[in-house]
Amino acid sequence: MATTFTLNGKFTTVNVDPQMPLLWVLRDTLDLTGTKFGCGMALCGACTVHINGEAARSCITPVSSVQGKKVTTIEGLSTDGSHPVQKAWMAEDVPQCGYCQSGQIMSAVALLAKKPKPTDADIDDAMSGNICRCGTYQRIRKAIHRAAGSTEA
Amino acid sequence: MSSTSLLERRSFLKNTAAAGAGLWIGFHLPVSNAQENAAKQEKKPPNPLNAWIHVSPDNHVTLIVGKSEMGQGIMTALPMILAEELSLDWKTVHIQQAPTDPAIYDLGTGGSGSVAGSYLPLRRAGAAAREMFITAAAQHWNVNADTCVAKDGGILHGARKKFLTYGQLADAASRLPVPDFKTVPLKNPSDFTIVGHDTRRYEGIEKINGAAKFGIDSRVPGMQYAVIERCPIFGGKLKSFDAGKAKAVPGVIDVFSIDPVGTSAFTAGGVVVIADSSWAAMQGRKALQVSWDQGPHASESSDSLRQQFLSNAAQPGKVVRNDGDADAAISSATKKIDVVYEFPFAAHATMEPMNCTVHIRPDGAEAWVPTQAPQWAQDVIAGVSGLPRESVIVHTTLMGGGFGRRYMGDFVMEAAQVAKITHKPVMVLWTREDDMQHDFYRPSSYHHLSGAVDTNGNLAAWKHFQTSTSIDAMWSAKGKETPENSEFATAIFIPYQTPNYRIEYTLAQSGVPRAWWRSVEHSTSGFVVESFVDELAAAAGADPLAFRLRLIGDDRTIPDFSNPKEGKPLVTSRLKGVLNLAAQKAPWGTPLPKGHAQGIATYYSFESYTACVAEVGVENGAIKVHRLVYAVDCGRPINPNGVAAQVEGAAIYGLSAALYDAITIRGGRVEQSNFNDYAMPRIADTPKTEVYVVPSNEEPTGIGEPGLPVVVPAICNAVFAATGKRLRRFPIRNEDLA
Repeated sequence: MATTFTLNGKFTTVNVDPQMPLLWVLRDTLDLTGTKFGCGMALCGACTVHINGEAARSCITPVSSVQGKKVTTIEGLSTDGSHPVQKAWMAEDVPQCGYCQSGQIMSAVALLAKKPKPTDADIDDAMSGNICRCGTYQRIRKAIHRAAGSTEA
Repeated sequence: MSSTSLLERRSFLKNTAAAGAGLWIGFHLPVSNAQENAAKQEKKPPNPLNAWIHVSPDNHVTLIVGKSEMGQGIMTALPMILAEELSLDWKTVHIQQAPTDPAIYDLGTGGSGSVAGSYLPLRRAGAAAREMFITAAAQHWNVNADTCVAKDGGILHGARKKFLTYGQLADAASRLPVPDFKTVPLKNPSDFTIVGHDTRRYEGIEKINGAAKFGIDSRVPGMQYAVIERCPIFGGKLKSFDAGKAKAVPGVIDVFSIDPVGTSAFTAGGVVVIADSSWAAMQGRKALQVSWDQGPHASESSDSLRQQFLSNAAQPGKVVRNDGDADAAISSATKKIDVVYEFPFAAHATMEPMNCTVHIRPDGAEAWVPTQAPQWAQDVIAGVSGLPRESVIVHTTLMGGGFGRRYMGDFVMEAAQVAKITHKPVMVLWTREDDMQHDFYRPSSYHHLSGAVDTNGNLAAWKHFQTSTSIDAMWSAKGKETPENSEFATAIFIPYQTPNYRIEYTLAQSGVPRAWWRSVEHSTSGFVVESFVDELAAAAGADPLAFRLRLIGDDRTIPDFSNPKEGKPLVTSRLKGVLNLAAQKAPWGTPLPKGHAQGIATYYSFESYTACVAEVGVENGAIKVHRLVYAVDCGRPINPNGVAAQVEGAAIYGLSAALYDAITIRGGRVEQSNFNDYAMPRIADTPKTEVYVVPSNEEPTGIGEPGLPVVVPAICNAVFAATGKRLRRFPIRNEDLA
């Protein structure tokens, strides 16, 4: 069955099992591997994308549910790292292994779209679904404040 | 240049230079201890060279090394070291994973040893290249070599302001003899402009735009996806399976079984589902009907293991160290303590689940592996396929975390078994549940500590009995078991002076697989030593910092008791240095908000010295870590920003095992399955962490792991200061705080 949606600004049609999670459609069908598999149960946030601008866990999102919607992945933010959140991530030298960072950045971008000057509590709340096993959380917080031009509490 | 074309070139790269191809300099990097342990049966490769510098005529500088990037920063630190000797922008040095070649390379990344082991060899090779470029330039201009200097990626002849890039000189330099590495002049460290300066990660950009390719991102034309249903009970075997329903799932291509491997890679075997997507393979697996032979460990549980610990502890263990007479000193002392510390198994939980992509053809094999041990991966694939090792190419990918898990060969073995049957490129993908339930865990251990303080406040005795599910016991040959060797670390040569010091050990039997978990045995030994010394300080009525400094005493060196020949001795002046620095920065004893308290710990591991002051409160019945102040001495820091990042991360990794996660066993299997029941610290749990790096001219030492052992004792010692409660079993339970 065909599902059509806008992916990073381009109309995209896929013919896959409508129950297949968006994560695997992105990764295996469309070869967009920047979105990561971490848990398959929306527990770790590695698979975070935007659906109509809202952060969503693609590992539990059946592809049929994005019919007609706008999906943005890490590849759709910018390819050259010019998005303000990406620039802040570079400035704070956030990544270590880097595996969770696509999801972290997508969650942070969604947060800043809603709250341009987030408090530490806002950050704790919005980023609570994203695990980083390398423990880069302190730098993630700094990078979000940097991107927002806000200061830590 | 691709790895494949490098392999083709190797026939004429037996030594160093090859005219016309630019300049090649080969050198040797020592292997890590972890690899030595993992591959004791390995024969030494015939060619000692295992790393290369290449400067091409079109001016590209490439560093080819057998070191894997798992987030620890070697793709940054190693080019910085080379660029320093060559006086060029370090970001122009392209670092490339060396291809596996049993005749040349000897690869492996572990034991926090990459920078420590590479520093001097890399400087010498870089300096040799620089001297060759200077000679080539001087000959070209027909000037005296001492009028030529290396600068900005080339050679400058000051008097006439002439400049040639390394690329322009590469062919001429390649025809010169390579200077003796032992005598080649090295740059004076006081002139360093790169080493010792904060830099940002080399591969940072690809890790923020989705372009970074981890193992799981390997894509090969015609590849298939596989998942494996393994027996959940360790040591269980496949009895029978019905693939009918699984084969009917759209996208499923095939279903078959593979056998377990009982030694070396230690795989579980199971039923393999091959499909055209990861999702279809997972759906097919759900439709399998499988029955298992439960095997010999089906009755094991965390409770039964604890009973074993208790009965082991009721008997004397094997005496591993014995100075004086600890028992007599304790029995005659007035101030004495007798306590037990207990640790559960811990899973690595790398964010990227295990995976491996392999293509076995009749004439050779190729694999894409997120591995800390590419050479072992090559051996495993060669062994399974029956191909000669030189026909197996292993591409080492970026890793979504390693922490020791990716030193194992199991996930490679399974993929090779599958690929041998499918004859097509195939990725064996582990789900999170697979990864958590079929890990090689940090051993579970039980420590009985007894000690005494004399009337002068000196340490009269220290006795440490340990029983644990040893890592070494997994590997040692029958009749040659030395299970205690992998279990004590610095706990067997503590820096606290005592005339009566006794260590005993008893192995506990378990069917649960064990291996190296970030900082390995230091993670538990660090806690035991630094908690117990804190308890002794309290018994003596002494300040925990002053007590430690007093027991460490005068400047001296303490040999590594278990490895006195090769292990670097503990230098007490450096340990006291980090203790005092952390205490000064905290500052120790400063007035704190109500309900907050400080705890301190210090430790020596991977030849580095760390100290940590934790500021902690107990709020709403739970521990809240407000602030961590670290001082670390890892010799000369290459990239202090990278050092700080590793310590910040190690603190969170340590915190996870103290406050959140434990692997428990019931019915011979792991009870946890995903991040719902194996919880992780989140951003809100992250303390403000400050890392002070000691400026040092000593040789660089490890930093990926040393940040870990001190964090938990520092936190728990702070909890004691705040509440009077001692925490002696993990993970910390609310009732232990009440």
